[in-house]
Amino acid sequence: MNLDHSIIEIVYLLSAILFVVGLKRLQSPATARAGNALAAVAMLLAIIATVVDAEILSWSGILIGMVIGSLVGAVAATRVAMTDMPQLVGIFNGFGGGASALVAITEFVSNPAVGASSAGITMMLGTLIGAVTFTGSFIAFAKLQELMTGNPITFPGQNAFNAVIFIGVLLLGAAALGVGGLAVSTQTLFWAFLAGGLILGILIVIPIGGADMPVVISLLNSYSGLAASAAGFVIGNMVLIISGALVGAAGLILTMLMCKGMNRSLANVAFGGFGGTAAAGVDRSLIGKRPVKRADAEAVAAELGYVNSVVIVPGYGLAVAQAQHELRKVGDLLQERGVTVRYAIHPVAGRMPGHMNVLLAEADVSYDKLFDLDEINDDFSNTDAVLIVGANDVCNPAARDPGSVIAGMPILDVDKARRVIVMKRSLSPGFAGIDNDLFYFDHTLMFFGDAKGSMSDLVRAVRELA
Amino acid sequence: MGELMIGLYVFVLATLTGREIITKVPPTLHTPLMSGANAISGIAIVGALVVAGRAEGALQTGLGIAAIAMAMINVVGGFLVTDRMLGMFRKK
Repeated sequence: MNLDHSIIEIVYLLSAILFVVGLKRLQSPATARAGNALAAVAMLLAIIATVVDAEILSWSGILIGMVIGSLVGAVAATRVAMTDMPQLVGIFNGFGGGASALVAITEFVSNPAVGASSAGITMMLGTLIGAVTFTGSFIAFAKLQELMTGNPITFPGQNAFNAVIFIGVLLLGAAALGVGGLAVSTQTLFWAFLAGGLILGILIVIPIGGADMPVVISLLNSYSGLAASAAGFVIGNMVLIISGALVGAAGLILTMLMCKGMNRSLANVAFGGFGGTAAAGVDRSLIGKRPVKRADAEAVAAELGYVNSVVIVPGYGLAVAQAQHELRKVGDLLQERGVTVRYAIHPVAGRMPGHMNVLLAEADVSYDKLFDLDEINDDFSNTDAVLIVGANDVCNPAARDPGSVIAGMPILDVDKARRVIVMKRSLSPGFAGIDNDLFYFDHTLMFFGDAKGSMSDLVRAVRELA
Repeated sequence: MGELMIGLYVFVLATLTGREIITKVPPTLHTPLMSGANAISGIAIVGALVVAGRAEGALQTGLGIAAIAMAMINVVGGFLVTDRMLGMFRKK
């Protein structure tokens, strides 16, 4: 190692330290923005060190790639609506995985006779994880963007079929490293292996339904990190290994938190085909048939405007209707009347971890008014009124019934409040496909309509209160 | 100790570090955490620059450039969108 190269390695080390410190600053909303900026500086340092150090034969292609990528990324990041954030993060995961896969692929193409060495194995791992992340993320994107059905796509023998494909892909990978001494060229075997990995990514994500997307997005996030680590092993670069491991850990922790938020195992989410019409043995005959108490905007305003404390529970319906700004107006008006307004956020509300928090932040709701399930659940019994906006399964008391398909899922105990108001389009079931007894309780009022229209009516009605 | 083993040590220790830091990120920041982590996984740009820089054949060059473009989408898009989101988190 000569002196010049030592300097490069020290810059990489500095970059790794800054990534860690940057992530650490994400522990508080007050320092998070600076933390993100620090991580961006870390990235810039790593890029500069690489460009200075690497032997670059031709600059033109590299510059073209950098300019195109930067432009696409910048346009997407500045144009995207906050409600579409899950899709954007989903597709960015895919590009990260794709880039890592391409690094490993390029290395293999340059050394097709690498054989079953540690170098060969890391190339295969990098290619496989990256390829699965790439196509899996595009399917997740298509589901979230509603380019395809959000319901699980299942077929008989699906898990066995996927297992066969997976083993086949592993065997092709081994064969591409020369194991078994097949008469086919290792290049050809490698392309088949890559195609198998790409198909596997599709197969893994199609059976997972819309409301399980927070788990999928988190898991693909983790994979994109692991793919980067694998690319680091391929080219022998520590900063890739470290950063990739950090991202892998972040994604895995979020995955586990999301599973815990639904009281389901990762295996159940991945292989269960849960949701939509897939839930078996559920009696749907009563859905929408029982009497409910209806309320209009004026009645709801009266219920909310003359009490001490209101808790608002946002769900995916709020994002779909893009009603977050109107909701914030309702919250502000109530506060001006002396009502304490707080927001209760279920871990899996929306389509990605923290989805609701971002929407409310966009609508300029102060983050100290947002409470997660553990922080607020004991307070519902002291709450005068709960306003549920486009949420369903996350406050379904059926979770307390051991026989229910959502048994054991942590729910917001909204039914303990003195008054429950549910703002919803219809009585149709949520993602779990089951009826919600909450709608039929004596102290529940149903406020039917599209969240945006209803919320505008509510803003007006609260303003008109005496 | 070979390079692979050193790499494994680094990988495992970095994972543990990541776990310690990230479990303390509050749920309200989970989306920015995810998009920020996503931007960091764009570190593949380093690998992309290395392989594209030394690529000789047309195929390798093409693959390398595609890798650079994808990684840069991740890096630039990821950090910008995270910054945009975090700019919205305010306490009044």
